Amino acid sequence: MVAQLIRSLESEQYKGEVPVFGPGDTVRVHAKVVEGNRERIQVFEGVIIRRRAGGINENFTVRRIASHGIGVERTFLLHSPRIDRVEVVRRGRVRRAKLYYLRGLTGKAARIKERRT
Amino acid sequence: MIQGLVGRKLGMTQIFDDTGLVHPVTIIETGPCVVTQIRTAEKDGYEAVQVGFGLDKRLNKPEQGHRKASGFMSRTLREVKADNIADFTVGQVITADTFSEGELVDVTGTSKGRGFQGGVKRHGFQGGPKTHGQSDRLRAPGSIGSSATPGRVFKGLRMAGHMGNERVTVQSLKVLRVDVERNLLLVEGSVPGPNNGEVLIRRAVKGQDKKKK
Repeated sequence: MVAQLIRSLESEQYKGEVPVFGPGDTVRVHAKVVEGNRERIQVFEGVIIRRRAGGINENFTVRRIASHGIGVERTFLLHSPRIDRVEVVRRGRVRRAKLYYLRGLTGKAARIKERRT
Repeated sequence: MIQGLVGRKLGMTQIFDDTGLVHPVTIIETGPCVVTQIRTAEKDGYEAVQVGFGLDKRLNKPEQGHRKASGFMSRTLREVKADNIADFTVGQVITADTFSEGELVDVTGTSKGRGFQGGVKRHGFQGGPKTHGQSDRLRAPGSIGSSATPGRVFKGLRMAGHMGNERVTVQSLKVLRVDVERNLLLVEGSVPGPNNGEVLIRRAVKGQDKKKK
């Protein structure tokens, strides 16, 4: 009963459509950022290295190699209204759910094979 | 206006606000609370409203008799202050809309019982060193006093003992949402006690004028 109630409270806040994506995929996240008193959309593109938790707290981490070869990771809440949309750029073929091993790899070794369907 | 309500803690979740920020919230089912008695200055020496909460099917005769006038067999009775007791009549039902969104409340409950706990958990003691030849000192409380003067341990010294299962009040929690239909209050942050535990929600003693939003 109570669990149902909490679920219904949470489901009110779910986003309608969420694209299908998982670890290994390359995505473009359109996130809203506040600059001073203006709001604009910032795009963050990279590889999904994990997708965790469920319900309203479901989130995913995107890893991107920024300039000078520095890795940048950002975690987004899947249902956050601050995320405008998520675009899937490329599907990757990976054999585990959490791709933490990518953190130790650079360049050619950090490539992910594309999954063709 | 009534200053408080009795409710039941249902559990926690998180909600997004208008700006998209996440807030942790506790869901509290408030009521329906029924007015069971009114305390008046003439008769009782003070003014308050007694409210009942929850259904109890196993009340004895005198307890049933007390609740008869309200028309509802409440399990818990609590007295809360009201601005004007003339606004209330016995049997009146009070719902969650007593509180408004953005308002600050104090929530009182009975904390989870932790049983017999040592000084480290109960009072936040540091414990002893882990290494350098120590044995049996890891979670020890340390010295509990001096020697022949005073020759005793002072009263009230913090030591191991029973922890939890006591009345705890958390002050100035913001009400983020009021769901009148389902009689729910969503209060920002955590609230003492287990899920399904009974809590008393009262208008905050402090900082009401400073409330934001």
